Order: sequence, then structure tokens, then C-alpha cells
Amino acid sequence: MDRYAKQRLFSALAKGSAALVVAVMILVVAVTIVRGGVVFLTDPAIAFTPPGSRYMLEGDGGFLHAVLGSVFIVGPATLVSMTLAVSTAIYLQSDYSSERFSDVVNMFLNVLWGTPPIVYGVFVLTVIIAVGAQTSLFFGIVAIAIFQYPIMTRYTDEALRSAPDTVREATYGLGATRFETAIMTVRAALPGVIAGVIMGFARGIGDAATVLFTAGRSTNMPGGLFEPSTTLPVLIFDQAMSFNAEVRSHAYAAAFVLIVVVLGLILASKILAGRYARYTPGGRHS
Amino acid sequence: MTDAVLTTDELAVTYTGNREVEALKGVSLEFPENQLTAIIGPSGCGKSTLLKSLNRLHEIQPNVDIAGNVVLGDQSIYNTDEPTPELRKRIGYVPQTPTALPLSIYENVAYGLKIHGEYDSKAELDDQVEHYLRKVNLWDEVEDRLETPGAELSTGQIQRLCLARSLAVEPEVLLCDEVTSALDPISAEQVEATLEELKAEYTIVMVTHSMDQAKRLADTVVFLYLGELVETNDTQSFFENPQHERTQEFVKGHTAVEYADTESESDANAGEPVAPNR
Repeated sequence: MDRYAKQRLFSALAKGSAALVVAVMILVVAVTIVRGGVVFLTDPAIAFTPPGSRYMLEGDGGFLHAVLGSVFIVGPATLVSMTLAVSTAIYLQSDYSSERFSDVVNMFLNVLWGTPPIVYGVFVLTVIIAVGAQTSLFFGIVAIAIFQYPIMTRYTDEALRSAPDTVREATYGLGATRFETAIMTVRAALPGVIAGVIMGFARGIGDAATVLFTAGRSTNMPGGLFEPSTTLPVLIFDQAMSFNAEVRSHAYAAAFVLIVVVLGLILASKILAGRYARYTPGGRHS
Repeated sequence: MTDAVLTTDELAVTYTGNREVEALKGVSLEFPENQLTAIIGPSGCGKSTLLKSLNRLHEIQPNVDIAGNVVLGDQSIYNTDEPTPELRKRIGYVPQTPTALPLSIYENVAYGLKIHGEYDSKAELDDQVEHYLRKVNLWDEVEDRLETPGAELSTGQIQRLCLARSLAVEPEVLLCDEVTSALDPISAEQVEATLEELKAEYTIVMVTHSMDQAKRLADTVVFLYLGELVETNDTQSFFENPQHERTQEFVKGHTAVEYADTESESDANAGEPVAPNR
């Protein structure tokens, strides 16, 4: 085989595999959006109606409880996790910590990132049992926050790493403190930091395993911080397992809501990141 | 010669990374007030190291050991309780790579004033920003787009923005690390013209690769070689009547040396000092 034949073969393989992956992804999203969209758009009220007393059996009412549960769990979890993650990343990247320490921490964060979410769920469950509590919104928040933390930290760390050193030199050269310099570095890396936070949010809102044991599979509206609750991914599983055909069709509607929210978030992060990229030296890595 | 505002006393810097490198081997110098001093020498000879150690900027990278002292006016830079940021406010630094902070043009200049709390009203801040942008001959080019990102300016404009930003905190000494090396000839000329105007008012220490630039701009020239001070003199005497043999060679053969020096110098990983290729 001559050199050009090899090149053609390789480029055909590369194009083929890219096409395969993209096609599968488009298929997944399209099927969810089309099937879910049909159910959701025929009766959008199901996402905004509280469940009836026999929702899982007869499909009376809607699944507002899970929509609200997702918002109430993933929202605060993201805020907590974001604060911790950005602080950690600043610590690791700035002159507060030695390079070797940063490397070790990053290794652990990578391991945590790869840990299946169900493990976090079980971990928080053991805590719940140890303190004699019950599954609740609160522990859902804790579990999701733990789950999001390594993802957001690694993203933010990479973003800060890519911020040019000269920004630090320039701010220090003006007489800035370490803290002021760290803030400036975050600003310089803002597109990447935003992307990381949104990724964490998207992963958090889409995860079922962490919530399953910690917030529970409540079929009631969220009652309070220490009352059981549930989120959309858990609900989708329960709906899909239902004997009632109508409830099963609701699973697609719930999946539709979820995927639209996630796509919307990713779009928002692109727009935000693009806005800030104008300010970053060398810019445009949205 | 006017009074020295900044002096170094047996300043020695050693990088203690994987391989130990003595970047500066006991350099004692005086930088005269309101003059421009150019530090020249081949790559890796410790020019940037010297510059950064004047305001302790090398401390932001790990594995650096320092001995000796730097004195600003009558205050020691190294043996002092004064927080380092306060020292760096008095000795400003302009990096080699033109770098706009991720802020608007206006905020770039206002940043130093803001962190040091050195203004009373928005109007005063506006005045200051205009004053310093005029000082670096940038005002006319940017006055109608002060709110746009600094990063959207051209490289040459960004470098003048950097100068304005550094001047805004009114440093007593301004350190410039090869501020024209990343610029095209026209932008470099503009920055040089700005420096020419500034040197009457400020004490400027400039690292440069270009001997022609040193000849054009400097009042005093400092020649470093392999971390040691070889010779320092006023510009005219330095070039017309070099005392030291090494200086004579360098001045004579500088075209060849500069050719070998086109790669930018980074002292963070100052490897083996490069000898002039002769």
C-alpha cells in the first residue's frame, strides 16, 4: 500500500467513526425530543401539575414534584459546589500551593470524577443511617454537590492553567495582592470557568443514582429541606417502569423537559463564554 | 550623574529546580534617578532575573533562592516588614508580552488606582485614566471606545496600555522587560517614543536585546554576562570606549549575537547561559 492509499484509508476511518458517533448522538437527542415533544406539547400542563395521590398507578395529575425537586436539589448543590470548586482550583493554581501538591490533588480529583455516582449515593446513605435521619432534599443536595465537585474543579483548574502567566505577572507588577491576582486570573479564564460550572450543573441535573438513596423516590410535592423529594431522572425511571401506559408516555415528556433544560444551559454557557472571551488575552475559546 | 534611587548590593539569584542554576552572581549596581538604564547581554545571562528581583517578582515562581539586597531610596526591599504589594506599587513592572487585563480599556488603566484606593470620585478616576492614556500617546486612538475590551486593541496599542496601567499607580521606578520585542517595527517605534518622553519623569530600568535600542534610548548601559556584571557606564562611553575586553567583543560583534538571540528569553527555565556565537 503506498503512502497516499494509507492516507486515504486513515481519513476514511476517521471520518467514518466521527460520523458514527455524531449520528448516534443526534439520534438519541432527536428521538427524545420528538417522542417527548409530542407527549409534552399535547398536554404541557403535566409538567406544571402536582401529582395526584395515585399518579404512578393511574397517571392522575403531573410531575411538577420532580421538576421542582430537580430545581431545589441541583440549584443549591451547584452553588455550593461551584464555590468550593472555584476556591479549590484557585488554591491549586495560584501560588498558595506547591506544584507537587497540586498534582496529587488533581490525581485524586480525576479518580473522584471517574467514580460511579451510585457510590456517592451509597456513601451519603451510610451517613444518613449513621445520623439516624431519613432521605431528604438536604441529603440530595449534599450528594449532588459531592458528585459535581470534582467535575467543576477539574474544569476550572484546566481553565486557570490556560490563562496566560503574563496576566499574573502584570497584576503582581501593579502591586496586587495574591487574592486580587487570583480574582484577575479567574476573570482571564472566565469562559472556561463558566463552561465548567454549566457542565457540573448539567451532569448534576441528569444524574439519578446519587439522588436515589439520598433524596428518595417521593411521589409528593417537596415539603421541606428535611422531607423526602425526588428529581426528574429518578422519576423517569419510575415512570418507565409503570404498568400504566399513560405514565409510561409521561417518561418521554419528562425526558424532553430534562434534555431541553440541558441543551438550553449549554447554549447559555456558549453565549456567556463568548461574551467574556472578548476580554481574554488571545481570546475566543468559547 | 544624579542620585541613585535604586541600588543593588551583591544581589545573587539561584534557581533551585531540577538543576541548580546560578542566574545572578553577586551584582552591585546603582540606577540613577530620572534616567533610563538599559540592561543588555546575551540570552540567559540573567537580564530578566535581575529585573524581576528588583521588585521581588521572581518570588511568584517556585524554587528561587536570593541573597544580597536591593535598596529603594533608603528602604531595603528584602529586609523589610512592608508587604510585598506595597513595594511592587513603588517599583512597577511591564511584562515582555503585551498583556491586556481581561477588562475594558478604561478599567485596565483604572485597575491599579482601584486596588490601591487612590481616587476620591468617579470624576477624578476619569481624569486620571485620560491623563495616563495621553501620557503614552494612546488617548486619541481609544477615547471613543474606552468601554471595549482591552484585548481587542492591536499588540502595539496593548503595550502602550500596559505602560499607562503601570504609570497610573505612580511608581518611583518602572521596570520594562523587553517591551518592544513582541512588536512590529512601527509599534516598537511608538513605544520607544513614549519611553523617550517618560524617562525625564521616571526612573526606568529596561531590559533589551537590541543594542541599537540601548544606544537610542538609554542614559546608562549595564552589560551582564553569565550572571555577572561586566561593565556599566553612560551610554556614549559604553559604546565608544568600552573598557572591558568582553564588552569590546560584544559591542563589535553584536550583529552576530543578536542574530542568535532571536528566541525570546525566559528566565523561569533559564537553562544553560548561551555564549555569544563567535
